[in-house]
Amino acid sequence: MRYIEPHGHMVSRTTDDYKSMVMAGCQIVCEPAFWAGFDRSSAQGFYDYFCQLTQHEPKRASLFGLPHYTWLCINPKESEDVKLAEEVLSIIPEFMQSPNVLGIGEIGLNKNSKNEILVLEKHIDLAASNDQLILVHTPHLEDKRKGTQLILDILKADSRIKPERCIIDHVEEHTVKMVLDDGFWAGMTLYPETKCTSNRAIDILEVYGNERIWMNSACDWGSSVPLAVPNAIQEMRRRGKDPNYIDKIVYQNPIGFMSQSPRFVEPKS
Amino acid sequence: MNNRKEILDLYFLDARSRLIDIAAFMDRVNRSEGQADFRYSQFLEALNELGGTSSNQAEKVLLTFSDPTEDPIPKATTKAACGAWPGSIN
Ligand SMILES: [Zn+2]
Repeated sequence: MRYIEPHGHMVSRTTDDYKSMVMAGCQIVCEPAFWAGFDRSSAQGFYDYFCQLTQHEPKRASLFGLPHYTWLCINPKESEDVKLAEEVLSIIPEFMQSPNVLGIGEIGLNKNSKNEILVLEKHIDLAASNDQLILVHTPHLEDKRKGTQLILDILKADSRIKPERCIIDHVEEHTVKMVLDDGFWAGMTLYPETKCTSNRAIDILEVYGNERIWMNSACDWGSSVPLAVPNAIQEMRRRGKDPNYIDKIVYQNPIGFMSQSPRFVEPKS
Repeated sequence: MNNRKEILDLYFLDARSRLIDIAAFMDRVNRSEGQADFRYSQFLEALNELGGTSSNQAEKVLLTFSDPTEDPIPKATTKAACGAWPGSIN
């Protein structure tokens, strides 16, 4: 069955993962910039990473006929060093015109600190002044509820930001309602231990509806499953969901959000 | 939406297995020696949210483990989260 992986950190994945994803029905993969698992020591390290995201990784995906899109930023995990963040922000515009860049992301908060907020606001300003879509990472575990509320308040305080052009990712049962009620898109991340399981994500869809919401694997270098979305498709089938219902969540909804970027090309299928 | 019997047919054995795993985890903690730990206190608190007839028990469990404060912290001294709010120690 066709699906879109709207959040996968493919630089951390093997070529075999690309092959499995395409064989499972993946039509498009989107890769937000994120933390490498260690702190990069300079803006030059980010320059190389942005080259990888805009030049090398699309080529790698194209070997499997898979269109690859990306999002650029310095991750909130590296936002405590404001000077480094400012240097990185200054090199992003040169990459923003690359044909596979959909917007700014994944920005947001990690531990909900003052410097993280300062750097988040700078990213929002960069996105707003360049009419870019925004993909937001919400904090982990005990920090998620507070961080999601802080992020929504910051986005709503900027009159240039249109909620329908922002996706707030990694929602769970205690944050999905505040995100959707404010008019934003919501992303559910399917992880083995943290974030959502397939079953909980499907429960959330049953309770909160299937508008302005998608699922992703957020597969990266940590414990994560590149085929998490096809696994969730299988679980929806076990619950007897209609194929059109499933297609809307795993294909049409991601297209609906991402096609707000003029660079996004809908696959012919 | 599936009816009650369908949900139980699909998920009862899986949930039963997870429940026994939780019971075994609690036995393991009780057999172990050491100091009280805020993570386990919050775990026990979260268990109090289970068993009723409400349909938002997952949300209540998540909120039990969540930082209830509203203001940003002055500085991030770690990147990691542990799953329970350490502020509850104070
Ligand atoms: Zn991510």
